Amino acid sequence: MGDVGLNAYLMVGAVLFVCGVVCMATKRNGIGVLMGVELVLNGANVNFVAFSRYTSLGLDGQTIALFVIVLAAAEAAVALAIALNFYNNHLTIDVDRGNELQG
Amino acid sequence: MIEQLLFYTFAILTCGGAVAVVATQNVVRMAFWLVVSLGSVAALFFLLHADFLGAAQLLIYVGGTVVLLVFGVMLTASGPYTTIKTAPAEGIIGAAVGLMLLMVLVSSIGSVDWGAISGRLPSSPQSPFTADSIREAHADEAIVNSGSTKVKTDLAAIQQQGRTVRQLGLSFLGLRPDRNLKEGGANGLAPGYFLPFEIVSVHLLVVLIGAAYLARAKRRAVSEDRVSLD
Repeated sequence: MGDVGLNAYLMVGAVLFVCGVVCMATKRNGIGVLMGVELVLNGANVNFVAFSRYTSLGLDGQTIALFVIVLAAAEAAVALAIALNFYNNHLTIDVDRGNELQG
Repeated sequence: MIEQLLFYTFAILTCGGAVAVVATQNVVRMAFWLVVSLGSVAALFFLLHADFLGAAQLLIYVGGTVVLLVFGVMLTASGPYTTIKTAPAEGIIGAAVGLMLLMVLVSSIGSVDWGAISGRLPSSPQSPFTADSIREAHADEAIVNSGSTKVKTDLAAIQQQGRTVRQLGLSFLGLRPDRNLKEGGANGLAPGYFLPFEIVSVHLLVVLIGAAYLARAKRRAVSEDRVSLD
């Protein structure tokens, strides 16, 4: 039985989550921040599917992972539209330059 | 054995791709490493017996979302401020905080006994995949033993049919055959996902209209100005 076990998949999900959070926090490019969001959502998806395989969660984990994929696609579309608007106004996509609203 | 080998291969590809997304400064290379990472996540889904989900991951993420991001990079990569780099000090601080967060997550994953917790979950139609696969394996054996070419084509058709697609589709229609029929409804009717499915589809429609509205080229005001100037 070459079964990998639940913990290994959870470790992969944790690594994806941490990479996404660090990517969101340190990138100054707006598109890079969006890629960090995608990594975080994928880490959550790996956890959902691993739980649906190895526990009695059944099909619920896969269904919720599908909803997460659809919502991530929607989020990417809207965030990219906002990034294009930001670029039209500032001629850059550096998120550090979007500081007009600060107190 | 082969499953472990595949798992470690794709897990290393996933984690390495994610780390490379964080480490590189070029946005196009970040998109490439994101493709590597998300494709390996799709392979992990296949290893977890989630065939439809792996296919959806490949189609929507790798084929749709990353292409959208690459178009965003293309549309925003010109102008006076093209080189955007993270300061080294920020990178070091981010890596340190990320390592600490990773240690917290890994230690908390390792300290929980997941078997005991999943025993406490309310319903236990233990994994529709295992029950179905055992039953289908018996059916396949019967078909193979009976011989004849027509039956063998039927067997090929059975093996090609996805194992989770039908269940996922029925649960989106509000039916849960894996819970309600198999257990005789002993745990009460398990709700399906009809209402969330409708909500998410309307949400997707609204989001796409809103994205098209936000990202439209604002040429009308300019042309009106030109008309007024003329």
